[in-house]
Amino acid sequence: MNTRIENISRRDFLKSGAGLTLALVLPIANGAGPAAAGGAMAGPGIAGSAPRGTVAFTPNAFVRIGTDNTVTVLAKHLEMGQGTYTGLATLVAEELDADWAQVVVEGAPADAGRYNNLFWGPTQGTGGSTALANSFEQLRQAGAAARSMLVQAAAARWQVPADEISVDAGVVGHSKSGRSARFGELAEAAAVLPVPTVLTLKDPNDFKFIGKHVPRKDSVDKTTGRALFTQDVKLPGMLVAVVAHPPRFGATVRGVDDKAARAVPGVADVVRIPSGVAVLAGDYWTAMKGRDALKVDWDESAAWRGSSEQLFADYRKLAATPGAVARRDGDAEGTLAQAAKVFEAEFSFPYLAHAAMEPLNCVMRVDTNGCEVWNGEQFQTVDQATIAAILGLKPEQVKLNMLYAGGSFGRRANPQSDYLVETAHIVKAIDARTPVKLVWSREDDMRAGYYRPAYLHRVRAALDAQGRPLAWAQRIVGQSIAMGSPFESMMIKDGVDAISVEGAANLPYAIPNLDVDLHTTNATVKVPVQWWRSVGSTHTGFSTEVFIDELADAAGTDPVAYRLGLLAAHPRHTGVLRLAADKAGWTEPLAPAAGAKRGRGVAVHESFNSFVAQVVETTVAADGSFKVDRVVCAVDCGIAVNPDVIRAQMEGGIGFALAAALTGAITLKDGLVEQSNFHDYPVLRINEMPAVEVYIVPSAEKPTGVGEPGVPPLAPALVNALYAATGKRIRSLPIGDQLKA
Amino acid sequence: MTAFSLNGRPVSAELPEDTPLLWVLRDGLDMTGTKFGCGMALCGACTVHVDGVPVRSCSTPLSAVSGKQVTTIEAIGDARIGKAVQAAWQKLDVVQCGYCQSGQIMSAAALLATTPKPTDADIDAAMSGNLCRCATYVRIRAAIHEAARALA
Repeated sequence: MNTRIENISRRDFLKSGAGLTLALVLPIANGAGPAAAGGAMAGPGIAGSAPRGTVAFTPNAFVRIGTDNTVTVLAKHLEMGQGTYTGLATLVAEELDADWAQVVVEGAPADAGRYNNLFWGPTQGTGGSTALANSFEQLRQAGAAARSMLVQAAAARWQVPADEISVDAGVVGHSKSGRSARFGELAEAAAVLPVPTVLTLKDPNDFKFIGKHVPRKDSVDKTTGRALFTQDVKLPGMLVAVVAHPPRFGATVRGVDDKAARAVPGVADVVRIPSGVAVLAGDYWTAMKGRDALKVDWDESAAWRGSSEQLFADYRKLAATPGAVARRDGDAEGTLAQAAKVFEAEFSFPYLAHAAMEPLNCVMRVDTNGCEVWNGEQFQTVDQATIAAILGLKPEQVKLNMLYAGGSFGRRANPQSDYLVETAHIVKAIDARTPVKLVWSREDDMRAGYYRPAYLHRVRAALDAQGRPLAWAQRIVGQSIAMGSPFESMMIKDGVDAISVEGAANLPYAIPNLDVDLHTTNATVKVPVQWWRSVGSTHTGFSTEVFIDELADAAGTDPVAYRLGLLAAHPRHTGVLRLAADKAGWTEPLAPAAGAKRGRGVAVHESFNSFVAQVVETTVAADGSFKVDRVVCAVDCGIAVNPDVIRAQMEGGIGFALAAALTGAITLKDGLVEQSNFHDYPVLRINEMPAVEVYIVPSAEKPTGVGEPGVPPLAPALVNALYAATGKRIRSLPIGDQLKA
Repeated sequence: MTAFSLNGRPVSAELPEDTPLLWVLRDGLDMTGTKFGCGMALCGACTVHVDGVPVRSCSTPLSAVSGKQVTTIEAIGDARIGKAVQAAWQKLDVVQCGYCQSGQIMSAAALLATTPKPTDADIDAAMSGNLCRCATYVRIRAAIHEAARALA
């Protein structure tokens, strides 16, 4: 990797007298990542389109060392719970030989030139479980460069050879002369030195932080109420905006009677925007009272009026006809046509809402210099361009402050920047006279769409004489997430959105005749859809791992042994599968429960280049109610940088997946979303959480993601466990009351 | 005007009496540690103590706390139990996104005030009104046991 490291402190930072700042400037890959949405539109800016003159200094670097001895790591990725502030800081601290206690983390500004996701080309953003993986060398180099410059500064000051100097826990020392200095004492001297061109990173045997336990950097602020989320931002003169959205997707405002809304004491304004009608007040409660008093006449001539029931009936018909080919090995159809017995199953998946604990929100201020945004900011480059286009600014005039996000699960990386766009339109509609905080209620959040798409899968297979799969034909029907987004040209090839078939098109099992094809339904279905934690694998992981279990059962073979027999070419799948089975005591019988049936199920799945196997134990009562008792999880994510964060992500992924498996469903009837809040879209509660054990496969491979890969195996392993207990195979999610029937 | 005690100090709020305590705290008094999650007392993110009892502030009108003692996450660490709960949360790195954790800690502190040695069933009963979408429940359970041990 050709990395150029720039000493920012020589240019800007030294002027503020605070020490050493380093930026790493990396070559920008061409065509390797998503393109930014749109460009800056020409036209009058609402607050004047004069570009910013002298840009006030903003720290454009990964490492900053203050004279007060503080090491600040600038995190280019959003902290939404996945632990990236801790992970990114670990990489810097490791090569810098810092004391963990002196390290603080700040969210980096939007600047794709420096803070792009290296896996996404020239785009800054967080997603696809890439944060640590794409930063692994970059941030270690940042730490190593800073360390080298501190050593050089000490060598010059003490007049000793640099190679006699050591660094440990934030102290630079020369044992022969007995001299030592803390980082802060050397920061200003280091800041005027040239950046080293050759950096040697540590041998993994010398790691002090990587692979060890380091406490999270956000624990104290998040347990004392001090952590700042978008919802907590209050600017002088700021108005809170709530928006009346149309009840059906695709409807628009025909007319508004806002007399009663404006009469509510405290309501400051009511404005029409493309996505509805916004009511502004000094506080949320008053704005909501105003919204309740609004009378909006919706034009529903273009609204989508479909229902979930009809949608699945339509999808079932489509699943009987060939789709666009995603994978074709051998001749699956020919083999199935001649097979004595064909196994067939249909799987269905509802829409799912992300339902993060912090409902969507955004704070925005526009003045003559440009636009400033406060947001749990996940998609900087796309959001900058989209906001700039609305406001008639250049993207670089849109300053994004990345705050903690109260969860996201993909939602805050919206390809259309939906809630940011809405905020920009409100600010524009009030002539930017005050800063605005858009606040969505829980109901707004749940009914706004951008769901995990509904899907229907039809899978058919035939076995050879030994019971091994000879042919497997899988058809997937559903909406494409990429279609109509800035990522369409990158993700969709020959009519196949790679996101729709990921996890199925790369089925690891050795099957000589394999077909995977796809029907994409965006032409007729107008429900907004988006990635949802683990994306395509949320459905493909289920259908493939339940169906392979059915085939193992048909073959009369143990489900673990059956899988292992088909995974000879996939050692990392095999590794996690063996580890999970071993730790779960797979070959030993489950302890019986009086008056109830018990069962154990397994699943293994690769997503985002990480490999996870889970064994689920369940107890089913006589009335068909059941409890998930225990989940044993094995993960191979390459080098385990922060083992405790990995464990936490597996635990959380399991709970998140369990909620969806048990009850998760957004349903539509006559175009209306039937759910609105946690009473009718229940998410997991503590009494439903199983005991979880997590085991990490030791590995020297480069680290891969952990935010998403814990999700996919849970639901199939649970359904396989329920089958083992009851003999009933569930193929339609959520499980709900299906065992009670 | 409604007067009450907030974290040991007298305050008065000029907002209409039907305004939920949550919005009085957040928008009126700039105390933002208490979170908005659902507005219907379904998620527990807004949990505060009123006279020591955990309540959902999103569904508690301002008028209901007139003359009462309200305690929020900003001050729960001033008390022995609250401090132990926060320490246990930090020791076990319970948090992920963190948005629900103010409410979790307020509910846990209230539980330990009445039940110094809670069983898993006690924890389920006291904490099942507090949602965590990151599903940090394994660690919440462990941290409550840890705090109980530390307080014993």
